[in-house]
Amino acid sequence: MTIQLNGQPVELPEDVKNIDDLLRHYQLENRIVIVELNHEIADKSKYTQLPIADGDKVEMIHFVGGG
Amino acid sequence: MSIARYSRQELFSPIGKVGQKKLKDARVLLVGAGALGTSSAEMLVRAGVGHITIVDRDYVEWSNLQRQQLYTEKDVMEQLPKAVAARNRLKEVNSEVIVEGIVADVNGMNVEELVKRHGLILDATDNFETRLVINDAAVKHNVPFVFAACVASYGMMFPMIPGRTPCLHCLMDHLPAQNQTCDTVGVISPIVQLVTAYQVTSALKILTENELQPRLQSFDIWKNEQAVINVESLKNKDCPTCGSHPTFPFLAYENQTKAAVLCGRNTVQLRPGMERSIPLDKLALRLKELAGDVTVNPYLLSCTYEDYRLVFFKDGRALIHGTSEPAQAKAIYHRIVG
Ligand SMILES: [Zn+2]
Repeated sequence: MTIQLNGQPVELPEDVKNIDDLLRHYQLENRIVIVELNHEIADKSKYTQLPIADGDKVEMIHFVGGG
Repeated sequence: MSIARYSRQELFSPIGKVGQKKLKDARVLLVGAGALGTSSAEMLVRAGVGHITIVDRDYVEWSNLQRQQLYTEKDVMEQLPKAVAARNRLKEVNSEVIVEGIVADVNGMNVEELVKRHGLILDATDNFETRLVINDAAVKHNVPFVFAACVASYGMMFPMIPGRTPCLHCLMDHLPAQNQTCDTVGVISPIVQLVTAYQVTSALKILTENELQPRLQSFDIWKNEQAVINVESLKNKDCPTCGSHPTFPFLAYENQTKAAVLCGRNTVQLRPGMERSIPLDKLALRLKELAGDVTVNPYLLSCTYEDYRLVFFKDGRALIHGTSEPAQAKAIYHRIVG
């Protein structure tokens, strides 16, 4: 499927089905991340229950410590 | 003062002569004089912010010159503390403003004294723990705090306004187990400039009392990507920092990273105040290029790094051999673990 990730179209492999999968796909599962799915912030405790579908708009910001 | 000095900024109508006067009367605290700190400080000083305090615990090294714009080769050779070298250069840029350079490790014990006497704080630190310490003090004393960070080609920014926006503690409820840092995955100068451009724009809006939309923003300048999230809904009424019954946990002594100098051994032991587990195998992978003699067993990782020997334990504790300066030891720890 294709989603809009941070404003750009991104093709995702078939096994990415929910927000939790998406974070794993980008190797962000152990990081502090804020995810917005279709303009609503996703609840961290429900990532595995939040399916993503073709055409969804996702904004994803992960925290970094450098400076 | 030359009348022309700020004329282009005064012609910019959202600032104008009235805004310029507000900048002159402002007092801004910059925590950190690395890449972000030197870039933001230079912009603020050129813009005519009347009083700037820049605090840093480290000294200037060769690897800083690629991006830390206030420093020169001479500063490296003289091993000047960053806060001193930064102050010297900023005074050359603008002799009409007050610049204070303070050589210190900002922690829960000294942060409130610093925060109280400023009207705005800019984040230029290199680790989460110090950010959460500043965040606690900022909320407690009602001082806006513009969070900023970057690594590799990626950066982020968030203006925290006490009482109005969620605080940093609402956005990150724990210290991440491990982080990429500029010392492990590198950083390029353009992302520093992009992040500080947004950070200083937020600062100018706050100081001149212009409208500010507090959004969490991120950018990857190499991939040409950016993201914006309205995080208002994440303001947590039970937040230990900005909630209805605040305890300001990061200002408490028991939650500070404790440094113990091991007498006669030229070694500092660090013990994080908050629980933190370090995945040693992952750390070893990342240290392959950066450090020498990396050895891992189920309990600890040891390696050599620059002139030091470092030992990291699974529970977040570390021994830094080769220094008896707690601030220097913490600086190295945060460079490696974040
Ligand atoms: Zn909060």
